[in-house]
Amino acid sequence: MSMPFYVPPEQVMKDRADFARKGIARGRSVIVVGYDRGIAFVAENPSRALHKVSEIYDRIAFAAVGRYNEFESLRVAGIRYADLRGYSYDRTDVTARALANTYAQTLGAVFTQESKPFEIEIVVAEVGVDSDTDQIFRLTYDGSVADEQGFVAMGGASDAAEERLGTGWRPGMTLAEVLRLAVDVLGAGENGERRALDEAQLEVAVLDRDRPRRSFRRIVGPLLTRLLGDPPVTADAPTGAPEADRVAPEGNPAPSGETPDAPGQMPPA
Amino acid sequence: MTQWSTGRPRRLDDAFLSAGSSSFTEFVSAYRPELLPSGRRLPSGASIEAPHGTTIVSLLFDGGVVMAGDRRATMGNVIANRDMEKVFAADDYSVVGIAGTAGIAIELVRLYQVELEHYEKIEGAIMSLEGKANRLASMIRGNLALAMQGLTVVPTYAGFDLESATGRIYSYDVTGGCYIEGGHHSTGSGSVFARGALKKLWRPGLEEQQAVSVAVEALYDAADDDSATGGPDLGRQIWPTVAVVDHSGARFVAQDVLEAHVQRIVAARRDNPGGAR
Repeated sequence: MSMPFYVPPEQVMKDRADFARKGIARGRSVIVVGYDRGIAFVAENPSRALHKVSEIYDRIAFAAVGRYNEFESLRVAGIRYADLRGYSYDRTDVTARALANTYAQTLGAVFTQESKPFEIEIVVAEVGVDSDTDQIFRLTYDGSVADEQGFVAMGGASDAAEERLGTGWRPGMTLAEVLRLAVDVLGAGENGERRALDEAQLEVAVLDRDRPRRSFRRIVGPLLTRLLGDPPVTADAPTGAPEADRVAPEGNPAPSGETPDAPGQMPPA
Repeated sequence: MTQWSTGRPRRLDDAFLSAGSSSFTEFVSAYRPELLPSGRRLPSGASIEAPHGTTIVSLLFDGGVVMAGDRRATMGNVIANRDMEKVFAADDYSVVGIAGTAGIAIELVRLYQVELEHYEKIEGAIMSLEGKANRLASMIRGNLALAMQGLTVVPTYAGFDLESATGRIYSYDVTGGCYIEGGHHSTGSGSVFARGALKKLWRPGLEEQQAVSVAVEALYDAADDDSATGGPDLGRQIWPTVAVVDHSGARFVAQDVLEAHVQRIVAARRDNPGGAR
């Protein structure tokens, strides 16, 4: 056995970054995009059970690409972090910024200390009272954080996707408009070829700023069909919309029209 | 520990990143046990006087369940609070009402609400109603040490079972025993009188509005004979808290509807204080 060669730290970091980037680029993309009444998450994900987008807290959601087991453990950690903080302080003291910082520290520590970096990229988004106060944080495998404005694309071919989003997106678009834009971007191939994506291949969720308390809703079934369908719909009302508009609360097995707002939900602290 | 001890963000502990439990209580009891009511110990032999909440009634109706609580908290012979809320939404499809030491009961309810939401977020599915009732039982059991020193909490849990599409009522004892109730149930210091009223007023197949009226009247009877239960306060416009759970979820009955029920009952009881009919 000979002594291992000296490898300069720059080379170690570059190798790790290349390794993580390659892993991330293999996956399908996720798009996070702001619209007039909230933030929409669109993922190409044929699975109904293994989610790429998830609720973290009242106004905060999480989206990720890359290795499922790695981002799933961060997702669960984020829910634990948010719930513990909200329980020991107050629900209003849970912020996306604090969570993004904690995630960044964790990703950074794993990147430099563990034998293998996380092959993931995540977005932590918080919906505000208006679109100016919406926050979208993008975190990469090495723990760097970017405060994004308006939209983010992660995963395979994310640079091209961001470029397309940049030309198509403008502030104040409706939910139907941003969903069609996102599906259009997800379906664009490298050499101008197009793939048609139907609802079964999409995971769509929103943080709806008009909902009291828990603002995260998955968009499934007839409402998604209607939002993506032609001709374009002008009304995009996931809140309390009647008849077949199923915006299912997380995990709700039998959504039946409106979900009630519950005054007195929290007892006096 | 982590960030909130220093204010400076650090990497998440292994406790956060470990796989397995989707229970918030289990996570907190392993990580920060002092945050839980069950993580605290009183010096042995000590007993303290603290505000107590009193009467909760619940009853089934056709298609759901109604739970109502009076608004009074007492400390010995003193009225500690006139407008305390004792009925809370536990999640979208269930409510919990509390009797016993108010401070600990309210803390337990907060913890329970987080517990249900935490499970829902991690698992991506709502827990079964039976599972939710059992989670509450284990929390009451965790409070047994405090209960033996006089700080008891006895909740009632009611919800709409999405599987069978019916309302259900679960009662508890101080040791964490969990019992499913048919028809109606009452707990707290005025529960004996409320139960008498419910026995006479409740019948299967009530309509929602009738059930709300029965709940308000049972609380009226409890307040009539139990000094710790507060009756409707016409002067201050304080009405009982009434929650309804049905297929569309849990909601609270509006103040003006309650006022109408109370006014009608008070008028009917004039010259007929026992409500004979």
